[in-house]
Amino acid sequence: MIRRSLTLFAGLFVLILVIGWFMGVPFTSSRLVEAAAYSLIAMGLNIQWGYGGLFNFGIMGFMMLGGVAVTFISYPVNPQFWGSDGPWMLGRALIAFGAGALLVIAARQSHRIGIRGGWKMALTVLAWFIGYCVYRSQIDPAAAYIEANAGFVGGLGAHPVLGWLFGGVLAAGVAYIVGKICLGLRTDYLAIATIGISEIIRALVKNMDWLTRGTLTVSPIPWPTPLPQDYQAGGMDAQTALLSARGGFLLLVLVIFAVAMFLISRAYAGPWGRMMRAIRDNHISAASMGKNVTARQLEIFVFGSVLMGIGGAILVSFVQINDPSSYQPINHTFLIWVMVIVGGAGNNWGAVFGAVLIWLVWIISDPLAQLLFGTISHWSGQIGWGEIPDIQSRASQMRIFVLGAVITIALRFAPRGLIPEVVRREG
Amino acid sequence: MTELIFFINQVVIAGAVLGSIYALGAIGITLIFGILRFAHFAHSELMTGGAFMAFLLASLFAAWGVHAPIPMGFVVLPLAMVLGAIFALGIDKGFYAPLRKRGAKPVTLLIASIGVTLMIQGLIRLFFGSGSYSFFENEPKDVFRFDMSALGSTRPLVITEPQILMIVVTAIAVIALHFFLTRSRLGKAMRAMADNADLAQVSGINTALVVRVTWIIAGALACMAGTMLALDVTLKPDLAFNIILPIFAAAIVGGLGQAYGAIAGGLLIGFAETLAVFNWSMVLKPLNTVLPEWLQLPQTLALVPTEYKLTVAFVILVVTLLVRPTGIFKGASS
Repeated sequence: MIRRSLTLFAGLFVLILVIGWFMGVPFTSSRLVEAAAYSLIAMGLNIQWGYGGLFNFGIMGFMMLGGVAVTFISYPVNPQFWGSDGPWMLGRALIAFGAGALLVIAARQSHRIGIRGGWKMALTVLAWFIGYCVYRSQIDPAAAYIEANAGFVGGLGAHPVLGWLFGGVLAAGVAYIVGKICLGLRTDYLAIATIGISEIIRALVKNMDWLTRGTLTVSPIPWPTPLPQDYQAGGMDAQTALLSARGGFLLLVLVIFAVAMFLISRAYAGPWGRMMRAIRDNHISAASMGKNVTARQLEIFVFGSVLMGIGGAILVSFVQINDPSSYQPINHTFLIWVMVIVGGAGNNWGAVFGAVLIWLVWIISDPLAQLLFGTISHWSGQIGWGEIPDIQSRASQMRIFVLGAVITIALRFAPRGLIPEVVRREG
Repeated sequence: MTELIFFINQVVIAGAVLGSIYALGAIGITLIFGILRFAHFAHSELMTGGAFMAFLLASLFAAWGVHAPIPMGFVVLPLAMVLGAIFALGIDKGFYAPLRKRGAKPVTLLIASIGVTLMIQGLIRLFFGSGSYSFFENEPKDVFRFDMSALGSTRPLVITEPQILMIVVTAIAVIALHFFLTRSRLGKAMRAMADNADLAQVSGINTALVVRVTWIIAGALACMAGTMLALDVTLKPDLAFNIILPIFAAAIVGGLGQAYGAIAGGLLIGFAETLAVFNWSMVLKPLNTVLPEWLQLPQTLALVPTEYKLTVAFVILVVTLLVRPTGIFKGASS
């Protein structure tokens, strides 16, 4: 097993060298940083799916939350917003939200004063409706006012690493709520519910212009490490400055990755990991042994989502732009599922291997398809069939097909992944 | 009266059209879930693929000089549905049947169906590009405007020809499906297998045949839904990919495995979406004359802003999963 993983990782290293040779070092270096961030996210999914057997198809939503968090924390302060009535109006909206929430909670407790059955139901629905109306009546003018006067709320100007951590915290908070709602459901329902929730998050982030500037996008988001421009100001030439800057960023991401990997491997090797495997393989017998299945599943769902939030935040920091309309279920949720399944669910190194491999395949299938189509088109033009029209846009669709083909082939011929889970049997 | 006509134009017609499309898609999903016990994500691609097949057939017929009083999309619909059924059977043979034979868990089939979605999606975009097409490039889209001034309305009742045909065709398909499921031997076998697959098998039902028939029905209905959606709006590669979640919501709200539940769920979600974004102040405007000064209605009074239209379906889905996970009609429960 060890030999097989080492061979595969060595092969991956050679692949990176080959890509570096053909596509140039600047291209490859930025792909490597992204691959490191995707490894974190794939590890998050591996915890949820490989360890816990939980079906999370809402990865895109958690990544978006990370992006929003890092934008809010690390973007420079917007004095126009803080000097206007905006904070006061937002505060009122928050109070309205709290009042609405209290109303709903009160309605849900109404059985204590003797309101039961259908009446309680009606009262709860009414409370939701009133709470929603009260909140809307405050947030709508506040949003319109901020968008008209200050653009958006801006950031806090803090260090981006704090933003990454906040991305994890935010994702954890949302994952807790989502988990509370959905984790009792059977697998198919859980998949659909999490997709639905990630779409709700996407719609909110895209349209809450006062908070995220929506489709107008926010840039430039600062880096935690010095930018290439900073190195250049110190008298370096452009190429070296770019590489040192990206090297610094990659190093920081790798440190976070190493910490996460260490903690997870330690936890999984211990009693906690054995309990998780027991719950995944047979939750009924685990429950009969006195394990609190729902609480443990909620725990693992939150842990996985933290990594997804941090990974999403790192990606946004790296590209320096938060563009909510660039998030697509195919590019974010499904891509990461392919990474984990191809790499090997239940094995962290497998997930990491899958993440780097699939990310590279995803990136290079575009130029490869261009090359292939160019050749075919040249050939078909020569024998008189005419050339293929608009190769550029067609070839870039090829990678969606490649992704689908990879996942179906992997399920058929290597259902446990390239580096499968190692089940240790004691005694 | 003007307000009522406005309401009918904006909510009743739009909701019925959207609801029929959701219902047709949801029937297929719910049947597949009932028989094969997995959530079939690639249903969206059966819809889009079917719509593209109908589009190609329609262009072919138009090139041959075929003329018809109804839009070409409806003329070729039966033929496209046959192709859609064959397409669905082929996908099952190529991708799901080998996994089923190996005894894979439903979860594996679900992931495989996502792979199939991506593959078909990629192929469609490869051949047709990412632009949009219209069935009405060579023929006009008839719009009927019924004058309602006799009833005291200043607005006409507006409905397009495809919309009328769509509602009629959906009704026919649903009634035909009802008779198939309740009267024919095969339909009864299907319901029996959905209730208890093992029991159905030992009582001599040919389960392989039932599986095939399920795919045929699901593929044909998906092709129909996709074509009609493309006739109502435009044909593009992510036509159905964007509405697969509301369709799943419809199937779950109706109770997975219940064909009638899927119809009810589809209409419910369709109407809920249109009602939620409907601007009530247009209908309630007459009240402004009676209401006091401080309680005048604002210009826009919709329950949710238009850009959140699709989220309505998810909210309904989440609420259903919380309150009644088995759906309206008791479906396959957790």
